[in-house]
Amino acid sequence: MTTMVMEREAPTLTATPWELVYQRPAALTDLPTHYCPGCSHGAIHRMVAEVIDELGIRERTIGVAPVGCAVFAYKYFNLDSCEAAHGRAPAMATGLKRVRPDRIVFTYQGDGDLASIGGNEILHAALRGEQITVIFVNNAVYGMTGGQMAPTTIAGMKTTSSPMGRDVLTQGYPIHIPELLAPMPGVAYAVRRSMHAVAEMRKVKKAIRMAFQAQLQGVGFSIVEILGACPTNWHVSPTDALDYIRDRMLPEYPVGDFKVDARLRD
Amino acid sequence: METSIIISGFGGQGALFAGQVLAYAAMESGKEVTWIPSYGPEMRGGTAHCTVVIGDEPIGAPLVRNPDCVIAMNLPSVDKYTPLVKVGGLLLYDSTLVKQSLLRDDIVSAAVPAHDIALRCGSHQLVNIVMLGALLARCPLVELPAVEQALRAHLPERHADLLRPNIVALHAGAAYTASQPAV
Amino acid sequence: MARELWKGNEALAEAAIRAGVDAFFGYPITPQTELLEYMARRMPELGRTFLQAESEIGAINMVYGAACAGARAMTSSSSPGISLMQEGLSYIAGSEVPCVLVDIMRGGPGLGNIQPGQADYFQLTRSAGHGDFHPLVLAPATVQEAVDLMTISFDLAFQYRTIVIIAGDGALGQMMEPVTLPPMRPPRQERPAWALTGVDGRQPNIITSLYLDADELEQVNLRLQAKLARIAAAEQRWECYLTDDADFLVVAFGTVARIARTAVRTARAAGIRAGLFRPISLWPFPAPALDQLAARVKGVVVAEMNAGQMVEDVRLIVRGRAPVRFLGRTGGVIPLPDEIASELTHMARIDAHANGDRG
Repeated sequence: MTTMVMEREAPTLTATPWELVYQRPAALTDLPTHYCPGCSHGAIHRMVAEVIDELGIRERTIGVAPVGCAVFAYKYFNLDSCEAAHGRAPAMATGLKRVRPDRIVFTYQGDGDLASIGGNEILHAALRGEQITVIFVNNAVYGMTGGQMAPTTIAGMKTTSSPMGRDVLTQGYPIHIPELLAPMPGVAYAVRRSMHAVAEMRKVKKAIRMAFQAQLQGVGFSIVEILGACPTNWHVSPTDALDYIRDRMLPEYPVGDFKVDARLRD
Repeated sequence: METSIIISGFGGQGALFAGQVLAYAAMESGKEVTWIPSYGPEMRGGTAHCTVVIGDEPIGAPLVRNPDCVIAMNLPSVDKYTPLVKVGGLLLYDSTLVKQSLLRDDIVSAAVPAHDIALRCGSHQLVNIVMLGALLARCPLVELPAVEQALRAHLPERHADLLRPNIVALHAGAAYTASQPAV
Repeated sequence: MARELWKGNEALAEAAIRAGVDAFFGYPITPQTELLEYMARRMPELGRTFLQAESEIGAINMVYGAACAGARAMTSSSSPGISLMQEGLSYIAGSEVPCVLVDIMRGGPGLGNIQPGQADYFQLTRSAGHGDFHPLVLAPATVQEAVDLMTISFDLAFQYRTIVIIAGDGALGQMMEPVTLPPMRPPRQERPAWALTGVDGRQPNIITSLYLDADELEQVNLRLQAKLARIAAAEQRWECYLTDDADFLVVAFGTVARIARTAVRTARAAGIRAGLFRPISLWPFPAPALDQLAARVKGVVVAEMNAGQMVEDVRLIVRGRAPVRFLGRTGGVIPLPDEIASELTHMARIDAHANGDRG
């Protein structure tokens, strides 16, 4: 099939050659994603893929997919990938990176996966200063299982397992991952960004780039927390979900740089 | 034919090391051997013991209920193993520390003033090797030169200054029991 | 090659190193800790990977990651730690990547104690994790055999892309015996074609155990079962000791088997024609070999350091053709030769009585 496409003559509709302004990154496959309308995962996948392309590291990058909505990330990234058990992606990435230190290893994890069941694995990967990059998408709920409370669920937020709204006195307080990891000496880069507006998205991509840059420079563990929208489980429209991030999540989870190693350069 | 030896004492008396030295000597003498320690919390300060089994064929059980020989370096060890020694077996105990008379007449027992002998050889740390020498004089499982060789090869480097005294202690223990009638 | 006196745990570690282990990830637990400590010293000396993980869960998932990269990866633990590793083992089995695990079993259940045990028999052979799979489980009885089995374990793991478990116990881990170690193998440079190395010049390799489509997952399971059937047919290992003329058989594995060996000699000295059948592979269980013996013996004694686990396999194979008596010690108590010998004596006496004892 490929041969046929290549043999087809290019259309000559105009004398001026068309300028290519937008294409699928090489680090993404052409498989349509299964994500809901308004979900942030698809856009974040694309940004990760663009960064991998721009850094020219696709041939030596290995991805570790989580359990959660992004469980099929390994189908969407056009990379060598594996699928971790729930929460264990940082341990698996540790194993990969330790035996192949010349490869670029990243995990892509949601908040239930990383901050709850995988709390120990992320804590100790950061503590050891593993030379891995963690893309951490926080949408404040367990998405794949249908919108249960996550450790990141904000106070008062209704979920299927906090139907009266999260009562922090009995159900605990939201967890702030980059703030928690930033003081560790092994951590080179720990920031939070948000997907609620286009200008913010540009900052997301820049942060992803810095996080991979940290690994390329070998300066330590890097993590980007990204506030993402989950219109389906928040029971709002995609556009309202962006407002929800801005109005409800940002006060709890301010964007910011909690650790940027001085050696890091873009 | 297998011979089983239990060496028992307070943690720090070198029961486990004496057993290892015996095991190395047996191996170098072309015999089959197993060494197994008691392990766990009792490694620290409590009673520590090891079991050594020496034979000409591959060793079956590395642990025995009724040992052929026992070296007891403290009172708890004497109390524990006196009833367990095989009929006709051998019990050696440090008579400097253990004053009570033994209650069995169907085993051979030998009182060795090992602590006193060890001090004369230069250190109280030599009790284990004095007792090993005493055992081998009664029960020639391996030749003394093989034990000397094992000591040379396996005495930890931090105790290198104790190599000569260990060898002296080995022979002193052997000489003592050789000179005593078995009870 | 010269014989050297080695402690079981350390001999296993050195044998793994000589077999070319690339990476060790572990977590301390008595009575296997000397294995981890040995690796902590030796692996960095050789420029290989050693990492003490945050937990057994971390350790097995690091093994999973390193195995995905095509490395010869292993971990070791003892019973409570193996329970924590079951999650990772299931994923490793489902993704069909090779790895080696050592279980130096201790007394259970729960925290139990640190004395020797064999109560992980079911866990290792039947339920090493959720889903349908069996690791290849090898149970050495001597330190030399532990070395020999460790030496082939990575080859087996890679040949079948499966989990190989060396099942020892606290006694084997702690005891010293003379061993002859194999020569050091040069580390492997090449990686299997399925390994994750980066997509340079090829389509992506994906390692997963997730198949949402029922038909697809069934096909995966059928393939896995076909592989297990091949392993079951080709990888049975056992030892027979004095079984040729045996009227009475002891079946035991690991440390208990060597104790049984002494018991068999004792029984023979007392005029009972006893023999020992020792499964070396616990999965696959050497069923045909035992089946042949079961057809002609008058009685079988199964001795284990558990409340009766392997005995279920033995009964399935003996199928009532001979009486099967079970001797089990639990809690870390090691059965002694005379206990097993008296079972043999008892069995012989019953048999003689049943046959009128007029001979």
